[in-house]
Parts: sequence; C-alpha cells; structure tokens
Amino acid sequence: MRYLPAALGLVILALSPMFGDYLVTVLGFAAIYAIFVIGLNFFMGYAGQVSFGQNAFAAIGGYTSAILTANYDWGLLPAFAVGVVGAGMAAFVVGYPALRLRGHYLAMATLALGLIVYEIAVEWDSMTQGYMGISGIPPLALGGWEILDPHWQLYFLSAIVVLALFAANRLKKSRFGNALLAISGSESAAQALGVDIAYYKLAAFVIAAIYAAVAGSLMVHFVGFVSPEVFGLNMVIAGFMMLYVGGIGSTLGPILGACIISLLPEIFRGFKDYQDLAFGAALILILIFAPKGVASFGRFFARGRRN
Amino acid sequence: MNAMADALIEIKGLTARYGQVEALHATDLHVRRGELVAVLGPNGAGKSTLLRRVMGLVQGAGSVHFEGTPLPVNDPRGCTKRGIVMVPEGRGIFGPMTVLDNLDLGAYLIGHDRAELKRRLEQVFELFPRLKERQTQQAGSLSGGEQQMLAIGRGLMAAPKLLLLDEPSLGLAPRLADEILTTLGHLNRSGLSVLLVEQKAPMALKLASRAYLMAVGQVVAEVTPDQIGSANDLARYYLAST
Repeated sequence: MRYLPAALGLVILALSPMFGDYLVTVLGFAAIYAIFVIGLNFFMGYAGQVSFGQNAFAAIGGYTSAILTANYDWGLLPAFAVGVVGAGMAAFVVGYPALRLRGHYLAMATLALGLIVYEIAVEWDSMTQGYMGISGIPPLALGGWEILDPHWQLYFLSAIVVLALFAANRLKKSRFGNALLAISGSESAAQALGVDIAYYKLAAFVIAAIYAAVAGSLMVHFVGFVSPEVFGLNMVIAGFMMLYVGGIGSTLGPILGACIISLLPEIFRGFKDYQDLAFGAALILILIFAPKGVASFGRFFARGRRN
Repeated sequence: MNAMADALIEIKGLTARYGQVEALHATDLHVRRGELVAVLGPNGAGKSTLLRRVMGLVQGAGSVHFEGTPLPVNDPRGCTKRGIVMVPEGRGIFGPMTVLDNLDLGAYLIGHDRAELKRRLEQVFELFPRLKERQTQQAGSLSGGEQQMLAIGRGLMAAPKLLLLDEPSLGLAPRLADEILTTLGHLNRSGLSVLLVEQKAPMALKLASRAYLMAVGQVVAEVTPDQIGSANDLARYYLAST
C-alpha cells in the first residue's frame, strides 16, 4: 500500500506515450503545481503556519527566468538560479518581520504580499510588459538539449517532482522536520524545549518560497509565455485546493492533489455548461469522504488490513 | 544561615498578565538545590501561570534569579539553556511524532552529539522501561500514563537542573498517578530539584519538603508537610489566609 502511489505514478508515465499532447500537457502542469504544493505543504502542513502569498515567490522565480532568458539572453540554468535565490532572499526579508504574526494576521500579511508582487508585475511595464506579458521564453532544456516534445517535458518535470519530494521528505524526517512538527503541535511546548521557533518558521517560509520559485520558473519555460495572471490569486486557490484534497501534512498529498485538481476539469469536460458544477460537487464529496485528503485513504486501507 | 543563600531559583514580586488581566500578583518563592517543592491550590489559583511566567511564556513584572543570576526575560529558550525545563499541563507531547522523536526533541539543545543523546536516552529508558518498548510508536497513541511518562522523560532529556512540573497526575488513574509521583521522588532523591504544581495535595505532600499554597493568583502560605496532617488542616490554612 505504501508504494501504491509511486507505482501508480510509474504506470501513468509508462502509459503516457499513448496519451495525446493535450493530456500530457495537463499532466505537465500538474507536475509543476505539485512542486509548488510540496513547498506549501512544508510551511502549512509541517510547520502549521498559513500563507496565501506563495504565488509572490512563484512570480519572482518565473519573471526572473523569463526576463533574463527572453530579454537578456541568459542561459536557462543561471536565470533559474538567480530567480530561486532571489525568491529565497525575498522570503527571508519579508518573513523576518511577517512571521511574528500568527493565524489570520499572518494569512492576511502573506495575501498582501501576493497582491503587491502581482501589482508590481502589472505596473513595471518596462521590465514585465504588464498585462501584455513576456513571450518568446525558451523552452525547458537539459544541458544544451531543448526539450520540445510534451512527453519528454513531462518526464523531465516528473523527475524534478521526485527530487523535490525526496528533498522535502528528507527534511521532514530530520531533526529540522521534527522541530517544525513540534512548532505545529504546540509553539509554547516547543519553545520550552529550547526550539528556536522564529528561526524554524523563517526557514520553513524560505524553503516553501524556494519551491514556489522553482515551480514558477518551470512554468514560464513550460508555457513559453508569462503574464501577471499566471501568478495571480488563481494560483493560490489552486494550490490550497490541491493541498487539502491531496492531504495537508502528508508526504504524497501534494502530488495526489495536484493530479486530481488538474485532471478533474478534464474528466468533467463532457458536462459542458455544468462542468464547474460537477467539479465543485466532486471536491465536496472528496472532502466529505476523505477530510484528511486523498492521501489518508492509504492509511485507512493499511489500518483495515492490520485489523 | 540565610535560607536564600543556597536557593537554586529565587522568585521575587513576580506578576503575570494575560492582556489586561493580572493572573499572578507579586509572588515570592524559592527552591533550594536538591529540593522538591510543591505548589498547591485550587483551579484558577495561578499555579500554572506561575510556571509559565518563570519560563517566560507569559509576560509580567518581578524578578527570577537562577543560580544567583537573573533569568533572561521572556526567553523560554534561554531558560532551557540555563537548565530549567517545564513539563506543561496536558503533557504537551507531539502526537504525530514517535516516542523516540519526542525524546530526541527533548535533547534539542545538545545539537548533534549522538553519544550524549544515546546516554540520555538510556537513562530515560531505565527510568521508564515502557517508553523503550514503545519507542517507535506514535506518541499520540500512548495511554495517558505513558504520555505523562513521555512528557517527563522528554523533560529529562534536556538534563535539567530544575524541573517545573505542571499537574503530572491530571487525568490519570490513582495507581498511575502514584507511579508517576513515586518516580519523581526517585529523581529528586538522585539530586534533581523539582517545582511541582499539583491539585492533589496529599500526593504532593508525600514527596515535598515544603509547599506553597496559592489562591486567587498569589501565595497565601508556606507550609511543611508535617504541618498538614489532613485535608482539614489544608482547608484551615486557606481559610486563615484568604
């Protein structure tokens, strides 16, 4: 049961040559969102904090990659690195004061951060070209090889998802992860054990921002275009849906959530005018029957087998 | 000899506030090295607030000297570094984590010294063999008594000089509560100083060398166990002092 999701993932990848380009592209978006949500899960699921502003860091990563590669002819990797480091530094600068806030206040502060970065993307016309967006962004590449085939793009993105998941899982199972779980359980109990909660919250925020920036950068190279809407509030809402439907705090929840939320609209496409209705109903049913997310089904079955 | 001269912790004029409400009023007390001192009182007397204030988890005025020097203000981590460890009311264990991970966090401040960590773990397992049996189990799935053992064991992992214990018998069957308090007695006899907050006065007075009685946010009397022969004696002290 433990390896079922991984086995399912491998089966999907093995069958993907039979899928059309459209479905493969949808799965590619799901992979990018999975990276974004793995980071969100780190901050919300493990550290027990709230952020509505991770789209800001995705935008920093995405726009930096887009501007440096499309406007200044930088290579993909250096542009990506600058974007990710920049987002990490921005998270550090913003998180240092903001993480003194808790609960709803922290949520509001991070929401404001997302809105500010969105406005900058809209207004800084000379650099971002506002609503017109930046086109001509080079595609994903490995070394000197540009990955143009959607199937290969999916394999490439899946490999990054595996790496991202592996890194998050290692961190979760380390002393660092235990300290985050302790903070999530009880800040005062963690403090009384000597855990430096300000440091850990900030570190979790920076890590989540780095994941978001990686996702943002991959997004712009995957699509070849970027405009402010790509990193708007929709991204926040989608990220939250993926996190809760997949299972907040679980290891595989972000990937399951990203796949489900990306694929459900396609499954209901035949409903035409009622597509959104069917999508909403499906979400409600999932959360009624799996309030801890789809990943909790694995634990449910494992418990049933033990009994 | 000055009674305070060998005080491990000395609290003077300590107050604590939750917003506008003062929950602890000008409290004085001390604990000598190797002593087990009980703080007794009914619900709402300010016992837990006293411990939380000492740890810096609640704000207020007054002074706390530990080993002769002032404790850092509002700095729980600093208090732990100095050797004061609190086992909170309700145990404060981390349910989703294993017993071993909980204990490991108790020794958080020693960093990555694996040998020292192992030595402390062995000491805790010797004291609470049941924790050793359940070390890979999720802490949230332990029984109430085992969770209390884990909470105390986790506190001991920090190798404290002074253990602040908040209602360790709360919610436990009398036999288990007895077992926990007996273990505390052993720890105290081996040299650990303890400030024990308890509602179950007879149990606490069996172990303590002195006790402070608290009511409505202040210490109303300091007694020795031989002054309290029965529940009536305790009631008399309260009535005389409130």
